[in-house]
Amino acid sequence: MSDDIVLDVHDLHTHFFLRRGVVKAVDGVSFSLRRGEVLGLVGESGCGKSVTALSLLRLLPKGAARTVQGEIELEGEDILKTSDREMRQIRGRKIAMILQDPQTSLNPVFSIGNQLRETIAKHFPGPGGTVTQRAIEALRNVRLAAPEQRMDQYPHQLSGGMKQRVVGAIAISCEPLVMIADEPTTALDVTIQLQYLNLLKELQEASNMAILFITHDFGVVAKMCDHVAVMYAGRIVERGPVRQVFDNPTHPYTQALIASVPKMGDQRGRLHTIEGQPPEFSDLPVGCRFAPRCAFVEDKCLSTYPTDFSVGNGHTSACWKLEKPE
Amino acid sequence: MTEPLLRVENLRKYFAHTKGILAAKNMGQVKAVDDINFTIATGETLGLVGESGCGKTTTSKLILHLENPTSGKVLLQGKPIHGMEREALRDYRADVQAVFQDPWSSLNPRMTIGKIISESLTVTKWGKRAEIEERVRDLLIEVGLRPEHAQQYPHEFSGGQRQRIALASALASKPKLIVLDEPVSALDVSIRAQILNLLKDIQERENVAYLLIAHNLATVRHMAHQTAVMYLGQIVEYAPTKSLFDDVQHPYTKALFSAVLPDHPDLQNDEIVLAGEVPSPLDPPSGCRFHTRCPFVMPECSQEEPPLRETKPGHLVACHLYPTA
Ligand SMILES: Nc1ncnc2c1ncn2[C@@H]1O[C@H](COP(=O)(O)OP(=O)(O)O)[C@@H](O)[C@H]1O
Ligand SMILES: Nc1ncnc2c1ncn2[C@@H]1O[C@H](COP(=O)(O)OP(=O)(O)O)[C@@H](O)[C@H]1O
Ligand code: SF4
Ligand SMILES: [Mg+2]
Ligand SMILES: [Mg+2]
Repeated sequence: MSDDIVLDVHDLHTHFFLRRGVVKAVDGVSFSLRRGEVLGLVGESGCGKSVTALSLLRLLPKGAARTVQGEIELEGEDILKTSDREMRQIRGRKIAMILQDPQTSLNPVFSIGNQLRETIAKHFPGPGGTVTQRAIEALRNVRLAAPEQRMDQYPHQLSGGMKQRVVGAIAISCEPLVMIADEPTTALDVTIQLQYLNLLKELQEASNMAILFITHDFGVVAKMCDHVAVMYAGRIVERGPVRQVFDNPTHPYTQALIASVPKMGDQRGRLHTIEGQPPEFSDLPVGCRFAPRCAFVEDKCLSTYPTDFSVGNGHTSACWKLEKPE
Repeated sequence: MTEPLLRVENLRKYFAHTKGILAAKNMGQVKAVDDINFTIATGETLGLVGESGCGKTTTSKLILHLENPTSGKVLLQGKPIHGMEREALRDYRADVQAVFQDPWSSLNPRMTIGKIISESLTVTKWGKRAEIEERVRDLLIEVGLRPEHAQQYPHEFSGGQRQRIALASALASKPKLIVLDEPVSALDVSIRAQILNLLKDIQERENVAYLLIAHNLATVRHMAHQTAVMYLGQIVEYAPTKSLFDDVQHPYTKALFSAVLPDHPDLQNDEIVLAGEVPSPLDPPSGCRFHTRCPFVMPECSQEEPPLRETKPGHLVACHLYPTA
């Protein structure tokens, strides 16, 4: 294993234990992140992206969900085995996060400055003046105008785009190794989204942090990511270097998903569609989970889940089509 | 010139901006829609794009007769729609229908799908019970559902299926125009294409016109014959879709286009990253409303409001960079 790898997730299983049964929202997910790498995790809503993120942070809803199997190695140490106290130190300092809705990350009753200072003081305890200086610096880093004045403002006094910048400032204030960004721009308008993505890219390059970038938008992947993993119904079905996956998507789901998005150059015409809809977790197909919607389905697909087949250069695909004949 | 299906003339909608619950103090006016003009031809689609708060939904509510204009007119086949008699209004509601963004809140959870779809037919005494049932069957098939779905309730359907139901219900009265306010934004990527294709098939079959409000430019490119771009309550560029996409002229439209994320990692755009955010519609900037953020701003831009001018056939732009040809 290369020691460049900062986060190595192996065979992660996270289940919800509900009265109506067990929901295997994350069902055998593996990936790794190198220092400074941006990995896109794409998939449609409900496929398990956020539950993957919450598993990594150990912030699953208590009582309802649990990671039942797998390893999450952060710099070689399995964080599933650390105590809650140690985990609180790791969160924020080593793994930070930005969520879709800045509202859920900011506390409405505390000032921006208060919230920043709290995070910073937790990981870099020091005299109040130093902490404040660091907080102002963090706001300046996310290009908020007049950072000193912002310190005294409250979340409701800022626009959605500005709030998301504050969340970004809190996340990067402790120079994390890994940032988990869960659809951070989905709620923003396009011109504000562009500003924010450029900002994240700039900060990522300057600090060399790794980002797990969760999105449902292949455009975000094309703009931001070095590698991409495509998730469907709790599993990663294809992953690889971003250019390779865009040039040569090999899993029928990835192919169909990329083809169904209207492109700027398209004339009026018909779009490629994927018929049907993703399966319910309570009623998963036995074999390949995409089989009921797949145009290439064969007998084997219906009975056995495909293993990951290599298609070269770290590009893999879980589809029987890619099995090499003996 | 023949009269278009729908004409919007110097339409304005100002909302009183109030603060405080009891002593509702008038704090000025939100100029949500401020003097816009456009037409929609029979069987065609007008795409309306712009960022949140620019006035798209207010425009659609004015057209749907859910709001009264502050001034200006909406005309259907030459007849003004505001100030109509009750009977004429009922006909208008049959002619102009809507499908909204959120498929979770737009269908009554206590009504069967059959009831939801036939509601407008029952109200207008469209026909006998058997005829109405027959029409519901046909509509369900037309939108890609099955006749037996008529007995089921909304909670039994996915988001994509709910949009199909909403569409069937909008089509029931054989409308001439359907207002589609972000009809696929809440749906998953793999479901969006199904609905967009369905909308096109229906337009071809029924010759119905659409006002398509969307923030995704590629979707508009794909669906619309004409496209209008709004900024702070006004239309800044208005052209046949092909002309607009081939030759973007207004600086705001250019910024919107450059914010579209690439289809491939090697296709990084020349980005026009706008400074700051959209100013408040309570107190919009003088002159050209975009001048506070425009990368090409000139001295006259803050002084004088640029009118929409034709820069080439059918292509209108409101910007001082483009004096009349
Ligand atoms: N709080 C919860 N209670 C029960 N099931 C949940 C909960 N959150 C998520 N799930 C289940 O986990 C699946 C994956 O959810 P999530 O990771 O949030 O999807 P997404 O890919 O949209 O982020 C959902 O389809 C749902 O079945
Ligand atoms: N009922 C209302 N009262 C006051 N202001 C309103 C009302 N409806 C809309 N607005 C304001 O009008 C502007 C345009 O809103 P809207 O038409 O909903 O924009 P869009 O649909 O383009 O996002 C916004 O600034 C909005 O806050
Ligand atoms: S494994 Fe079979 S069903 Fe699944 S995607 Fe591949 S070809 Fe289709
Ligand atoms: Mg999510
Ligand atoms: Mg709206």
